[in-house]
Amino acid sequence: MKIKSERDFWAGMMFLLVGIAFAWGATTYSFGSSARPGPGYFPFGLGVLLALLGAVELFKALTIESEGGDPIGGIAWKPLIVILFAVGLFGVALPRLGLVITLPLMVLISSWASDEFSWKATVANAVVLITMSWLIFIKGLSLIIPMWPTIFGAGT
Amino acid sequence: MELINNLALGFGVAFTWINLLYAFGGALLGTLIGVLPGLGPVATIAMLLPSIYALDATPALIMLAGIYYGAQYGGSTTAILINVPGESSSVVTAIDGYAMARKGRAGAALAAAGMGSFFAGCVGTIVIAAFAPPLTELAFKFGPAEYFSLMVLGLIGAVVLASGSLIKAIAMILLGLLLGQINTDVISGVPRYSFDIPELTDGIGFVTIAMGIFGFGEIIANLGRPAEHREVFTKDVKGLWPTKQDFMDAWPAVLRGTALGSILGVLPGGGALLAAFAAYTLEKKSRGRVDEVPFGQGNIRGVAGPESANNAGAQTSFIPMLTLGIPPNAVMALMVGAMTIKGIQPGPQVMTSNPELFWGLIASMWVGNAMLVILNLPLIGIWIKLLTVPYRLLYPAILSFCCIGLYTLNNNNFDVYMAVLFGVVGYVFYKLHCEPAPLLLGFILGPMMEENLRRALLLSRGDWTTFATRPLSAGLLAGAVLMIVIVTLPTIRKKREEAFQDEEA
Repeated sequence: MKIKSERDFWAGMMFLLVGIAFAWGATTYSFGSSARPGPGYFPFGLGVLLALLGAVELFKALTIESEGGDPIGGIAWKPLIVILFAVGLFGVALPRLGLVITLPLMVLISSWASDEFSWKATVANAVVLITMSWLIFIKGLSLIIPMWPTIFGAGT
Repeated sequence: MELINNLALGFGVAFTWINLLYAFGGALLGTLIGVLPGLGPVATIAMLLPSIYALDATPALIMLAGIYYGAQYGGSTTAILINVPGESSSVVTAIDGYAMARKGRAGAALAAAGMGSFFAGCVGTIVIAAFAPPLTELAFKFGPAEYFSLMVLGLIGAVVLASGSLIKAIAMILLGLLLGQINTDVISGVPRYSFDIPELTDGIGFVTIAMGIFGFGEIIANLGRPAEHREVFTKDVKGLWPTKQDFMDAWPAVLRGTALGSILGVLPGGGALLAAFAAYTLEKKSRGRVDEVPFGQGNIRGVAGPESANNAGAQTSFIPMLTLGIPPNAVMALMVGAMTIKGIQPGPQVMTSNPELFWGLIASMWVGNAMLVILNLPLIGIWIKLLTVPYRLLYPAILSFCCIGLYTLNNNNFDVYMAVLFGVVGYVFYKLHCEPAPLLLGFILGPMMEENLRRALLLSRGDWTTFATRPLSAGLLAGAVLMIVIVTLPTIRKKREEAFQDEEA
């Protein structure tokens, strides 16, 4: 068996597995009957349908020729990890360190994901963004966001 | 006349200072993001949703609508001047528009696009005002079975007209519907797929999904590609006014584009993108002057037609959303979400329960379009300057607004973590060529669809044939089946693939 289209193969695999997972999960809820559908009725049907479509896609990927095997290509690991790490860190740090520290930190880390990173531009960008965020979100929309680290005792 | 009365009510609402201000703000922001490649209306509206908690429903929706049609204007500006369509709906505008710019006729192209769009916007507004009430009346005849079938039709329609693999697109809808099942079952109160995480029992916020997939996923994908450096035709923008000959050439194209766009916008899955493509094909087929410039080398009809069509389509795609509560595309899905945030149940009752919102929104679209024409032609220079902002400064800004928005959704960092997860998912979709827009539509419609399905089955005592025996429901389902059959016919499939190849080229 040879994979004729890498993209379709993995897409089909994804749909198949997710469909099965949802359908299997649905069996733990009451299925009910057609006259009185329970909470498991709709998700079970959807999961089965999705798994079927995934299987069709898999079958296609193994039988129908595609140009050059339709490879997935390289994965941009650096931006993927750096950007999502920066955002995750923002989530962890915001309630503890406050926006004034967290936001520039996030900007600094995420900027590193670009190939054209420069310290000067990034620091300037961070300053502009924290000022704008303060003006728009705190002053303008009066949202409640912790501004300073909680160890200093001050709240917003 | 009722139409006049309704429009008068609408304009009364739209012409209050606060609403004018938000229409202006939305249109301006829309143009801005339309100009900036790599930032579309879906991500922007998702980014702004948390901030509308502080606003009233009417100004909030007026602003979000302004972003959508403003983006169409901005997108065409960059398409003409630098051959980079800021929005997908401006892809065809770039073909002849950029050719005109290279010949030093950028001004005429921009004016044709701007005035064509304005004319189309005016017609689109009238079309909405005229067609919304009868459609709403029809919608009141709908029972749960009809609603379920209508949603099936809407979802299928949304994918058959989109590009890419049909099976993948339908699978993405199902995936969206399933993600919508992560919640507490409304009828029995059982939490589903929550893994005992309390935040998940309320369901995943659609802002979280939209930001993760459309915001973070796209940033990662953009950074994974080598940076582009492009040439800007800024010095050549002079002589904004088209010649008399240009006018003569452009106006039939504007009329045709507007008519086509108004019709295609209403269809499920329609909207600006499809309208622009169809209009360009129509212009190529119809005959102009004998000695006119060939298409692809700077024919003004190739700019005026698609630009009118995409704006008309953008306007009329509000019709299914406003009257039936069924979003025909991802932007409208977010508008439905915005209405729910403001405590308005989208559907046919909006017109009677919130007439000032309904008609005010429609009238504001006309006002917004007028503002865009007046603003944009003189401001083109400023928009062009914005293009020089490099992406490496832009994306941390997008991330910042997303992060703050996510946190303030529930003042909780759980949504931030969920968005990170969906960022990974979004990148996987990008790598596997799975279009994410149908997923969002499915996610929005999922709970509604389940409720109607279960209610319909309850009423029919478990008889599935109820969907086929009720005439309205049967008609809608037949429409959905017909659409699938048509696109899978070999000849049409070939044409469809060709059409989308043009887009990618």
